[in-house]
Amino acid sequence: MATVTPESPDTAHAPEEHASGDGHAHPSNWLYVKVAIYLALLTAFEVFTYFETVHGWGDTAIIIMLVIMMLLKFFLVVAFFMHLKFDAPIFWRLFVFGLILAMAVYMVMLTAFRFW
Amino acid sequence: MAAEATTHSAHAEEHHTSTGLSNEKLAMWVFLGSECLLFGGLISTYMFNKGRIGPNDIGPNDVFDIPFTSVSSFVLLMSSLTMVFAVSAIARGDLRGNRIWLATTAALGATFVAGQVYEFTAFYSEGLGFTTNLFGSAFYALTGFHGAHVTLGIVMLMSLFVMSMRGNLTQERAETVEIIGLYWHFVDIVWIVIFTIVYLFPQ
Repeated sequence: MATVTPESPDTAHAPEEHASGDGHAHPSNWLYVKVAIYLALLTAFEVFTYFETVHGWGDTAIIIMLVIMMLLKFFLVVAFFMHLKFDAPIFWRLFVFGLILAMAVYMVMLTAFRFW
Repeated sequence: MAAEATTHSAHAEEHHTSTGLSNEKLAMWVFLGSECLLFGGLISTYMFNKGRIGPNDIGPNDVFDIPFTSVSSFVLLMSSLTMVFAVSAIARGDLRGNRIWLATTAALGATFVAGQVYEFTAFYSEGLGFTTNLFGSAFYALTGFHGAHVTLGIVMLMSLFVMSMRGNLTQERAETVEIIGLYWHFVDIVWIVIFTIVYLFPQ
């Protein structure tokens, strides 16, 4: 999967990753395009769920589907566009720590205010 | 995996810091982790308050224009793609390509902000002001903070563009573009969450 030969601008399709001048692995432009296509498709499906034709599925089912698609989009951007999949694990841990802390604090807050 | 490990270790050797990692990049990740708390607070405040309106008050269903917001969401999502192209271009020493992708990203970001200004104007003309009700306050606070972050991102992207035009942004400073890119992608993932929770969740 990983190669360490620099990628030329006109051969973006072959390698999934390449090394840049800083010795840091970067995915190829083609991999980024593939991720963007997945993101666009997920967004299109999210918007599709909004319209009345699928509201017969029930609000709970819609919310579960939307949350799954939102999380998929979130982690695609974080893992590939933000390079966390290829970077030092400490960056991933720092970000996830903030994310989990935020979710925990506000879940407790919403529960305390009897939101659910 | 072996190649990944090789590149990680090669990367670590580049930085003469106590962690072996770039302090600037580490600081950006700590900052983004803390930003999760800011936006988490705003999103949960919105969730809590959106339904606390009177029967005749203006609410989400009265003002939201989902097709319009979907297009502006798509524009912001695609700006993340152009941002990674900018990072990729400078990493391989393609300075002209880097400038083109930075300018494209800034233009897409500006399009998103323009859409948000239009949306706010339309909502205001329909009677939803910042102090109209709790839904309005929470909505404008959340999306306004996000818009301010996007605007700051555009300023940073244009600063990089000017630096590049002056010859101060070379391949050796690729990490600067990568760090600004991290901020830009974060703004994008926050919008992914806002778009789903604020606009698409059944009201």
